[in-house]
Amino acid sequence: MIVLLVLFLGSISLVAALFAIHTKSLLSAVISSGVVSLVASILYIVLHAPDVAMTEAAIGSGLTTVVFLLALRKIRSARKEDHRG
Amino acid sequence: MAIGFILILIGIWGMVTQNNIIKIIIGFSIIDTGIHIVMVGTGYIKNRTAPILDSEALRQNAAALTVDPVPSALVLTAIVIGLAVTALMLTYAVRLHVKTGSLSIDNLKDQA
Amino acid sequence: MAKRVILLLLLCGLAVLFYKTLTGMGPTLTLAPMSQQMVTDAPQTLGSQNVITAIVVTMRGLDTLGEVAVLFIAAAGIGFLLRKEHEHRREMRRDGSEILKTGARLLLPLIILFGCYIFTHGHLTPGGGFQGGVVIASGILLFILSDVSRSVNHSLLSISESLSGFGYAALGIAGFFLAAGFLDNRFLPMGTFGSLFSAGAIPVIYSFIGVKVGCELTGIFTSMQEDA
Repeated sequence: MIVLLVLFLGSISLVAALFAIHTKSLLSAVISSGVVSLVASILYIVLHAPDVAMTEAAIGSGLTTVVFLLALRKIRSARKEDHRG
Repeated sequence: MAIGFILILIGIWGMVTQNNIIKIIIGFSIIDTGIHIVMVGTGYIKNRTAPILDSEALRQNAAALTVDPVPSALVLTAIVIGLAVTALMLTYAVRLHVKTGSLSIDNLKDQA
Repeated sequence: MAKRVILLLLLCGLAVLFYKTLTGMGPTLTLAPMSQQMVTDAPQTLGSQNVITAIVVTMRGLDTLGEVAVLFIAAAGIGFLLRKEHEHRREMRRDGSEILKTGARLLLPLIILFGCYIFTHGHLTPGGGFQGGVVIASGILLFILSDVSRSVNHSLLSISESLSGFGYAALGIAGFFLAAGFLDNRFLPMGTFGSLFSAGAIPVIYSFIGVKVGCELTGIFTSMQEDA
């Protein structure tokens, strides 16, 4: 039963990682890397490490995605200024 | 644990073949997550529970009933440092974009 | 083209290496001796229920000191790289909707309270300084993103961050003089096992770490957030 759960979660994370690398849109790539972190935090609960699961859920799927999105916003605004000026 | 290894391989492949700087940084983050999964996986023992001793029975016989706590403590530090390094890499990418106006690495390789 | 072939060969080599490691390791049945000592030591001599907290704060306290230093250097580097060189045109940031503003204003005290709860009860439940600090920083981020007119005072952030870092080092040195070694936690009284004020100085040390991590991450966000 647990082996089935781990295999299911593992296949989701592998598909998300492959998608993050191949897609052309940067936004989808960033959000799929957030999905990989989320699946990793569920795997940590299955491996009986609750502290690591909490830290990974907060940092990996929350703050890392936010930092990527802030950087993308800066790049997009700089690009818009170039086109305007 | 095998999942962690495969994630590392996908991340390395992505990091080397991609052209866009942001994709390279995403590949780095995937490698990081894969390594952490492998490290926590080495501490797992079947049919035991988490190392938080809140009941009397657990406390008496702790060494025979809990999962290894040392890799979890090391990975806790490693996750936070991974976030700090990723944020620093992203600010480099932003400054690079402001100076040269593009995000692809091919433009930067051919400086004499 | 040659680059791709070399890359594929390298990955196949790594895959073979990983496979051999995976099949060579049998399933572990007993804890390693050092871990056995740590797990039996933590409730008796250090008085903390959460073994991982005891390891991170006391038994491997130097690692935590190094990590706090790395976070500080990274935050300083980001603040330096993103400084404003000359005045850019101030871009209009869009305000969030009314529901978002009111909801964020309602949720912020609850989130900060939850974060403080996590890092003060670090020795009793899963959690601790890092998790609590991250929760506080994400609460403040929600607050900044939802309302354009509010901004966080930079000098307040840097003062509180430096003070908590200093407090953490001072507690470590106090452990040096009053108890067995650096960052030892036996110089405050250990109360009854399992209540809030037990385990010596572990809650105090972890509170300093939590406040410091929260301030640093908030500093990173505000420097990335500034327009242009």
